[in-house]
Amino acid sequence: MSTEDRGPSMSTAFIEEPSDEELPARRMLDQDWRKVFNYGLLLALVLVFVALTNMPVNLDHRMLIEPIFSMGYLSLFWLPAVFGLVVCREPVLAGMPSHAKGSREVLAGSLVGLIGGAGLSVLTFLLDNFNLRDPLVNWSPQLLELLSFQRDTAFGIAIWLPVGLVLGTFGGLAHLLSATVRRMLSWAFASVIAFAIFETVILDLSEGFAWLGAEWLVEELYFIRGGLTMHGAAVLAVVGGLFAAFGRDRAHRAKERFDALEGTSRTRANAIGLLVVAAALVILPLFLGGITNELLANVGLFVLLALGLNIVVGLAGILDLGYVAFFAIGGYTAGILTTTNRGESWPDWMPQFYWGTALVAVVILAALAGLFIGAPVIRMRGDYLAIVTLGFGEIIRLLFLSDWLGGYTGAAQGVTNIPGVQVFGLATVKGTDPRAVFYLVLFFCAIAIYVSWRLERSRLGRAWMAIREDESVAEAMGINTVNAKLMAFVVGAVLASFSGAILAAKVGSVFPNSFIILVSIVILVVVIVGGMGNIAGVIVGSVVLIGILGGPRQPGLLQEFSEYKLLIYGVLLIWMMLKRPEGLVPNVRRTRELHQDEYLQDAWLRGEIDADSEHTDDSHSNGNTGVLPA
Amino acid sequence: MSRRLLTINKLSVTFGGLHALKDLDFYVDEGEIVSVIGPNGAGKTTFFNMISGMVTPTSGDIIFKGESLLGLDPNQVTAAGIARTFQNVRLFANMTILENVMVAQHCRTRQGLWGALFQTRPFKQEEQEIREHGEKVLSFFGTRLIGYRLDQPAAVLSYANRRRLEIARAMATKPTIILLDEPVAGMNPKESAALTRLIGELRSEWGFTIVMIEHDMSVVRDVSDRVVVLDHGETIAHGTYEEVSTNPDVIEAYLGRPAKESA
Ligand SMILES: Nc1ncnc2c1ncn2[C@@H]1O[C@H](COP(=O)(O)OP(=O)(O)OP(=O)(O)O)[C@@H](O)[C@H]1O
Ligand SMILES: [Mg+2]
Repeated sequence: MSTEDRGPSMSTAFIEEPSDEELPARRMLDQDWRKVFNYGLLLALVLVFVALTNMPVNLDHRMLIEPIFSMGYLSLFWLPAVFGLVVCREPVLAGMPSHAKGSREVLAGSLVGLIGGAGLSVLTFLLDNFNLRDPLVNWSPQLLELLSFQRDTAFGIAIWLPVGLVLGTFGGLAHLLSATVRRMLSWAFASVIAFAIFETVILDLSEGFAWLGAEWLVEELYFIRGGLTMHGAAVLAVVGGLFAAFGRDRAHRAKERFDALEGTSRTRANAIGLLVVAAALVILPLFLGGITNELLANVGLFVLLALGLNIVVGLAGILDLGYVAFFAIGGYTAGILTTTNRGESWPDWMPQFYWGTALVAVVILAALAGLFIGAPVIRMRGDYLAIVTLGFGEIIRLLFLSDWLGGYTGAAQGVTNIPGVQVFGLATVKGTDPRAVFYLVLFFCAIAIYVSWRLERSRLGRAWMAIREDESVAEAMGINTVNAKLMAFVVGAVLASFSGAILAAKVGSVFPNSFIILVSIVILVVVIVGGMGNIAGVIVGSVVLIGILGGPRQPGLLQEFSEYKLLIYGVLLIWMMLKRPEGLVPNVRRTRELHQDEYLQDAWLRGEIDADSEHTDDSHSNGNTGVLPA
Repeated sequence: MSRRLLTINKLSVTFGGLHALKDLDFYVDEGEIVSVIGPNGAGKTTFFNMISGMVTPTSGDIIFKGESLLGLDPNQVTAAGIARTFQNVRLFANMTILENVMVAQHCRTRQGLWGALFQTRPFKQEEQEIREHGEKVLSFFGTRLIGYRLDQPAAVLSYANRRRLEIARAMATKPTIILLDEPVAGMNPKESAALTRLIGELRSEWGFTIVMIEHDMSVVRDVSDRVVVLDHGETIAHGTYEEVSTNPDVIEAYLGRPAKESA
């Protein structure tokens, strides 16, 4: 189903095309039955688990295609198909012939689907006959009704077997399709689902582009009470499929041409691309509605945070779990200095500052906080460092919450009545005008991107990389590791404090629990999922996680999922760690580091490996690199 | 009469109960090539670790150019002018070859945040110099580390070339003394002869003073002015290669006690 196009291509990043010659398909019953059975059981467990998280019931009212298909059923249906597909996936090795796919793969898929469906049958039966509501809060009649498709229980028990079987078979069948057909189908499917899921944003967009006739189009596609219309879905499927067949190749070729560019023409192409993106980011918000701009502003706030953390974790390799502290310091400093309603302990003569002026104080305080928190922490390594930073993150929040500083920080009441930012008397940036907030955020993101980009290619950036690779050696090579790491800490702190200061002006108030530990974790996940050490990766990570799923307190595109946000974050993180530890948009170095064996093997296959003609003794390569193929 | 660069007095270190070095005395004069030899586990690498500040001695003193190195961090020792290589090659494997030698010039350069962010003229000039010095150091090894290889990660280098890059990285720190820990280990006779020549050139052309740990006696014989033999953390012999190689204590340390005495 929709995951199909993500599936195989990603984990084969380092695997070249298999050789043309193909081994004959294996016989139908020549199968690792235990594996099939295990996958089936796993599928059954996952299905029951998803059902009991109540996701299907909660999302059932959200129609994807009116009137036949809701998001609730989608949350169950995609699983058998994916399991049916992956059960027979085999690694494809460069230059090695692989087996042709045949009925064996389809059979395995069907079986897995069947066993998984049986899991739901059993659940349906149990739901009808036992009441486990006490430990399992979602053990409800609604779930029973959903699982039995609004008919009686017997129907529900019976129907899941064929449903699982059919879905699993579809998954298995995908092996037999030629790559083009498979791609067309998955694109058709993905475009329907994407348009259905992103309905709110697309409606929001259509308002801005009304003059292009967008509203008419949208009215055709969507049903009045939500969900795609049947004919809308059909049109989208066809368009998606056709795009996959024709448009994608062209896009591919364009990318290849771009990759082939070198020297100045490459630089020029890069610059043009950057300009286009920048122009789009400046112009597009003018046409976007409130919801989309709000989303973009939230994404921007996290881009800012994630870029800062990326310098600390991605470049210098310091695992900082208390990063939210600097976000909090930025927010509180800006809030206290600009509010009209300051805590009673502040002296009366202290004026109310303009946000821009307050920003100077924010930067100074954040840098100092970076130094003070960094100095004791930075001498530690690895796990110890992570735990101590975690502690500092909480300490800062508790300080803001404490009665001791309550007179200054408002304790649990926080700082309120923070005015917006006046920009040259042109506009006031505050929460009610998400577009203005977005532009402000965009400005600071541009600064953060520039800073990251320049620093990475400087003496300091190289020192960070060396420290990340091997701290003791970096020190023995003359790098003052304490200073270099402190510098990373301070730069990260300042970037986070910008984000905090904007948040204060946007929301108009700051509270201690805007800065819980979860925020640190989410930023870290953004960096990891996006691609540690890569600016583009960090931005993609924020868009995907914050924009689509939503931040710790910010709703994302999938507002319906907000209850399951953390669950999805967790699943995504685990999946990434297993399948693509280098992130969505990986940093070249990190990829090399994580896949060194494959990388060296590929280099060797391409004949790029450095083989000394007189020296082929590799048995000594016990250093920090993998063993070279001799 | 050349200048005394490094003097070590009664240096000792213990790891738990193990006396890795006991009351070691040592010196190097400017322009010398001194070899440190000894059986496995004799404490040679520990000796280097102590000079470079990675291990703190239990007692004794290390004096370099008239000042004590005790209590300095490894990076300060490097800044003072002592660079080293590692026995178990420890390159920055995922950084490119050029970056490996560029980053090693850290303590000889100044530019920080400001220069990088505003691309000041001194910053650009310094970057240029770092790059040029890096390439110069790499070209010392002929064509092995330059050309298209500059932008390849150090991990793709062959074992022998990784060893060469380690030496290049040490040279890049602009040191006075280079400590080489088994520079030819794992190389075939032809390569080690070539590297032996280069070690000679490190002194004659670059003016470095060299202290080298080496097991390969032909290398030791060819380039050393003096040889120091360690065993069980103590100096058991000291002198020219000829003196040392005929010293009965040394032969005993390497070959074990002669049969008739142990009987
Ligand atoms: N950090 C340490 N902690 C504990 N013991 C150590 C440490 N470093 C070295 N040793 C011990 O000190 C002794 C000397 O080790 P060292 O590595 O200096 O020997 P070496 O002369 O370099 O030997 P080789 O020729 O094998 O390289 C060994 O017994 C070793 O186990
Ligand atoms: Mg050693």
